[in-house]
Formats: sequence, structure tokens, C-alpha cells
Amino acid sequence: MSLTQADVDLAGPPRRSAALLWSSRSSRQRILISAALTFLLLSVVREKTGAYDLTSSGTVTATLHLALPILFAGLSGLWAERVGIVNIGIEGMMILGTWGGGFGAWKYGPWVGLLFAMIGGMIGGMVHALATVRFNVDHVISGFSINLLAAGAVRYLSAVYFVGKKGAHGGVGSVSLSPPQKGTIPEITLRFITDRANASCLTKPSGLFWVECRRWFVVSDAAGIARGFLSQMSLATILGLGLVPITAWIMWRTRFGLRLRSSGEAPSAAESLGVKVLRLRYIAMAVSGAMAGLGGGYLAIVTNTQYKEGMTANRGYIGLATMIFGNWRPTGLLGGAALFSYSDALRLRNNKSIPALLLFVGLILLLFSVSAIMRQRWVTAYFTGGAALLFFVLYATVHRLSDDLTSAAPYIITLIVLASASQRLRPPAFSGRPYRPGDSH
Amino acid sequence: MDRQKLQRIGVTAASSVAAVLFALVICGIILLLTGRSPSHVYQTMWDAAGERRIQYDAIQRATPLMFAGCAVALGFKMNLFNIGVEGQYRIAALVTAIVGTRIGFLPAPLHVAVELAVACVCGAAWAGIAAFLKVRRGVNEVIATIMLNAIAISLAAWLFNTYFRYTQGNSQNVTTRPIPRSGWMPDIVKDQLNGFFIVALLVVFAYWIVVFKSRFGFRLRASGHNDVAAKTSGISSKRMIVTALLLSGAVAGFIGMQQTLGDSHAYSSQGFVDGIGFLGIAVALLGRNHPIGIVLSALLFGLLAASATKLGLIKVPQEIVQIIEGVIVLSVVIVNEASGRWVDKRTQQRAAHAVEHHLTQLGVTA
Repeated sequence: MSLTQADVDLAGPPRRSAALLWSSRSSRQRILISAALTFLLLSVVREKTGAYDLTSSGTVTATLHLALPILFAGLSGLWAERVGIVNIGIEGMMILGTWGGGFGAWKYGPWVGLLFAMIGGMIGGMVHALATVRFNVDHVISGFSINLLAAGAVRYLSAVYFVGKKGAHGGVGSVSLSPPQKGTIPEITLRFITDRANASCLTKPSGLFWVECRRWFVVSDAAGIARGFLSQMSLATILGLGLVPITAWIMWRTRFGLRLRSSGEAPSAAESLGVKVLRLRYIAMAVSGAMAGLGGGYLAIVTNTQYKEGMTANRGYIGLATMIFGNWRPTGLLGGAALFSYSDALRLRNNKSIPALLLFVGLILLLFSVSAIMRQRWVTAYFTGGAALLFFVLYATVHRLSDDLTSAAPYIITLIVLASASQRLRPPAFSGRPYRPGDSH
Repeated sequence: MDRQKLQRIGVTAASSVAAVLFALVICGIILLLTGRSPSHVYQTMWDAAGERRIQYDAIQRATPLMFAGCAVALGFKMNLFNIGVEGQYRIAALVTAIVGTRIGFLPAPLHVAVELAVACVCGAAWAGIAAFLKVRRGVNEVIATIMLNAIAISLAAWLFNTYFRYTQGNSQNVTTRPIPRSGWMPDIVKDQLNGFFIVALLVVFAYWIVVFKSRFGFRLRASGHNDVAAKTSGISSKRMIVTALLLSGAVAGFIGMQQTLGDSHAYSSQGFVDGIGFLGIAVALLGRNHPIGIVLSALLFGLLAASATKLGLIKVPQEIVQIIEGVIVLSVVIVNEASGRWVDKRTQQRAAHAVEHHLTQLGVTA
């Protein structure tokens, strides 16, 4: 983006403050700069604390596995809210997806499993669409009853179809467990670049892994992250990551997407221009349900080898939180999912690197606070500054965090974000409000 | 009672019954599709509902649902959706169980009263976070309470696991330290029916008085209906939001009490029926936020769950009840919406007729 003469005049005498530099960047540049800064900060913290797991390839692989279900859930929320429907039922649609995935993968193999998961979620999405679009039921109530319904439905279905049935490796199904499935979705590992997936730094590492094991500042960190992306990539992961740019492209670059978003912002205006709002809502809810279902299917097929009751573990709600955190945008969604799953991955892999993570979060919050002070946003500065202080204190005093507490982190972060930035977040204007064509004047 | 009011009550009751019947039909279809006989299932549940033991069990199960239903309905009356009941009662139950062990020197009735007060305060405090975020920071209460639920469950698990674990003898059941006998809620029928049923009825009665018969209740409902109109007559909607959420949280604090003070006499992480706070939403919806409706629908849900325990005998998974409950909620809101629209239309037509009639009498032609 280039500055015009008028812009320069308006800005007055040139001030080389960081805030001005930042605000004159295009959003793509901002994203790149923040990613680079995050990476640099991460390397610094890794170097200073010696918590190698912060940037190890294993952490990246684990992060991806944890991020995908959340990402799918977030996309599900995005598709629904952009067309004007609040989707609290993501959790339920995911539950249907896990069951469909477990069932399909056990009977017909993993790919069909993913398809069944999609269909399962889609059924939930269509029920939600029928209730909210056709019958104008309150969106939150409908979504919530889908959660209730799905939890009961899968228990009943499991009792009917899984109990006592045999699967692979002699595993037997039960009310809360599907019989294990046969195959898995293939994984891609570029072995000659990244070394074997299960290599260790103690034996002779080669390729990128050798660089990672040197523990050079920045270089090894980059190698670790790159190796995480190049080894053990499930095809389903690639598919899921691909859905983010595809969603962005459909919603912001196509005519269909423009109509879709307009029916979430001002349905009456859209209707008056000939947009078929109701039909769009059904379509978008089908996609939304399918995405949530895929998220459930990913859990049952890729992260696990069978359906387990309660395996969604509120990921539908976390997905919703990521969507809000990401300000109803695909890139923000990606960032939120990465953040939540990264902290989870670190906790699961090595609890000792949690203090290093606390330091890292504290530093980031401090940056935010400083930038808020420069923009004279005192309330935000106060909130983020206080939170940063809290994290530094935690870093200084805590050596091991209880799992129970760290599992609450995504929710606490979301609440902090909502409390400090809810004025700057911009949800679709008509999301969640009842709409009947020809009703509003 | 005038004719219109009678008619409205009739429509409400009929639509609720229709929703329940509709849910039973849907579940019948699901049973048929999965190769079970619906008539056999419903017959078994009907027979079970006649047994005294099942009836007590149903009331036991209905008691927390009445509290939950009231808590949610209080929010609904102010146009607030308190999904956070689940988190509010867990925090309240844990803190009450801990406080209950420390105040054993009090005489029995006072001991229980203090415990109940603690539960109310804790529930209200946890709901207060959502109220603060809503009023001061503009955070939607649905999102805030969903997040707070997850945080409450983690927080309770952490507090319990790190500070208050206590193993009784060699039993498998890990709980907090047991509450002394003076802090127990006595049973009405020994080991079958706990005194909290009476408390629940009292709370529902208090809900009726406060929301439908008091000045505060009028302001609450007015503000919930149309906060702009209420504001012009001097009712602060912010204050109403805070009060409604605090009251809702306070009532939510009671939900875990039957389990904590009446049954296990300690807090145990496994003791609670999962999602009881969510079922409360279903109860409030089916009961249309009306006290009698709440009691009846809580009893219905309790009876469904209790009589389903007999389904194992005929090899039908008792999880079918969860499907019935889910479908009831969905069909009840759809039927409510449809019947509401129908009533509106009727009222409009009647008004139009009246105007027309009046005009013809005056000799004016349209």
C-alpha cells in the first residue's frame, strides 16, 4: 500500500513513531510482521530459558493435531455467523461427527469415515437451520438443544450399534466406545529433508532434524518448525488447513460470498436486491454443520483410532471462542486456533516448558500494553498491562502448573480478549436476530 | 377470570402437551428405525411410573431441576440467557462442602441455613463475573457464561485435587472431608426422598412472589420486555441485568445442595449428573418460565429419567430418554413460536373486527 500526498498532508509533520508505522501497513503486512515478531520472541525465550520444546518439531506436530478440530469448529462458526445465524450447536454437531466418523471408519475405512462425519454434522446443521430459519426459534436455544440432543443420540446409537461388536485388533465396542477402525488416513513425511519421524537427537540425526538438534538461535527454531510441517502430515490435516484459504476466498472474493455476508449484515437490504436470503442460510448452515462434523471426524479418525464418548471435550465451544477471538475472520481464526492448541500441545508434551510459555505470553501482553499506551487507549493498556504483570509473577513463582488450571487457559484468554477489546470486535450486524422476509420495514 | 385469559392458558397448556406428544412420536420413530417396539418401551415406562420407589426417585431427580429451571427462568424474564448455571452450582457446591465441615459447632438448623447461604452467595458471585462483563465491558452473557462454565469446572477440579481431597477409609470414592451430621439435610422418607424437595417448592414459590407479584418483579419484566420503554419510566436496565443475574446465580447455588448435603454429605467430583444446568434450560422452556410450569416439567423430566432405569430389563438403552428430552426442548420452542404467532394473529384480527364494528356503528364506511 502506498501513501498518497493527501495522506501525508493529513498526517502532519512526519513522526516516526512505531504506532504510525504500524497503522500505515496493510493488513497482510501486519499479519506477516506479527508472525515474524512472534517467532523472534519465541526464539529469544527458547534461548534464554532452555525450554527446547517451545520450537521443537514434535511440538509443531502435536499442535497441528490439536489445532485442526478447533479450526474446523471455528470455520463452522464462521460460516454460520457470516450468514446471520448464531451457532451454539457446534459442539453437538461435532459430537454427531465423532460418532459418524467412528462408525464409518470402523465399517468402511477412514475416508468414508470422514464422509460420514461430515454427513453427521450436516444433519445437525440442517436441524438448526430448520429451527432458526423456518420456525424463527431463538438461535441460542436451538443450538443448545442440538447439543443436548446430540449427546443423547450418540449414546443411544452406540448402545444399539457398537455394544459387543468387534473391530480391528480384537477391540470391542461399548456404549461409550466404537470398535477400533482398520486403516488410517495416510501421512506424508518428506524423509530425505526431515529425517525419520521417530528419530532422536542422540542417534545421528540428518537433514532438517540435524539443524534442529544444533540449537542455534533462530536457525534451529526455524528448522524445528519447518520439520514439524513437513513430517507426519496427515492428508486430512492438509485438507483442513486448505479449507481456511478456500473459505476466505469464497466469502470475500466471490459473488456467492458477498451475498452470503450481506445476508448476515443486512438481510432486508440483500433481499430487496434479489438475494435469496433464506436459501443462502440453508446452504451456509449445511456447510457449517459439515465443517463441525469434519472436526469431530478428525478427532475420531486422525487423532484417535476410534470414537470415544465425550471426546469433543467442549472443543465446539473453544472453536466458537476462536472465531470471536479472531474477530469473525479466517486469518484471526487460524491465529486463535494456533494459540490455543499450541499451549495445549506444550502442556501435553512437557509440562516443564509451561513457565517459559508464561514468560512468552507476558512479553506479548506487554507489547500490546505498550502499543495501547502509545495509541492512548488507557483501558486496554490497563487490562493488558495488568495481565502481563500477572504472567510475569506466575513465571517467577510457578514451576509446574496443574493440568486442571492450564486446561482453562483458552477460556480465560478469550474472556480477557472480550473484556479488553469487545468494542473493537465487529460481529456480523444481523447475526442471531430473527428474520422473516418481508417482515422488517 | 375473563375469557381471553382462560383461552391463553389453554393455548399454552395445549401447546406444551403437544410438544411432549410430538417428542414421543419422534422417539417412537427412532425406536422403530433401530428395531425396538415403541409401544413396549412406553408401556414399560408407564408401568414403572406407577411404582412408589420410582416416584420417589423421580422427585429426587426433579428437585435439582426445579432449582435449575428457576435460575434460568429468572434470567429469561430479564431477556438474559444464563447458560452458566452449570458452573455456578459447581463452585457453590465445592465451597459449601468445605465451609460445611468447618462450622460443625453450630446447631443443626443453623448449620444447614449457613450452608445454604454460602451456596447462594457463591453462585451469585460466580454469576456476578458475567454480570460485570456484560454491564461494564459489553460482553454478551451467553459467550461469557459458556467460558465461565469451563473455567468453573477446571477451577473446581484444581481446588479439589490439590487442596481438599480426602479418602474415606478404603473406599474408592474420593470426596472432600465429610460434613458433620448437624449439617445434613434430613430425609422425608428415609433414603428415598430428601427434604430438599420442600426447599425446592419454597424456592419456586418465592420465585413466583418475587417475579410476578412484587414491584421489583414488575420492573424486571418490564425491562426484559422493552428496556428502552422501561428506561423512560426510570428503570435502569443495567441495574436490572446485574440483579437478575445475581439472583439467578444465587438460585443456581441450590442445585448441587441435594447431592452435597442430602446424599453424599461431601463434595465429590463424580457425584453430579452431567449437564443438569443445561437440563434446567429445558425445564424453563417447557414450563414457559411459569412457576407451576417449572414444577410440572421438572417432575416430568425426573419421571422420564427414573422410569427409564427399568428399560434395561427389556434390553432397550435407557439413553433414549436423553433423545426424548432433546426433542422435547426443540419441539417446545417451535410450538411456542408457532402458537405465539397464531395468538398474535388472532388478537390482531379481533382488534380489526372490533374497530370495523365500531366504525359501522358510527355510520362510517371504509
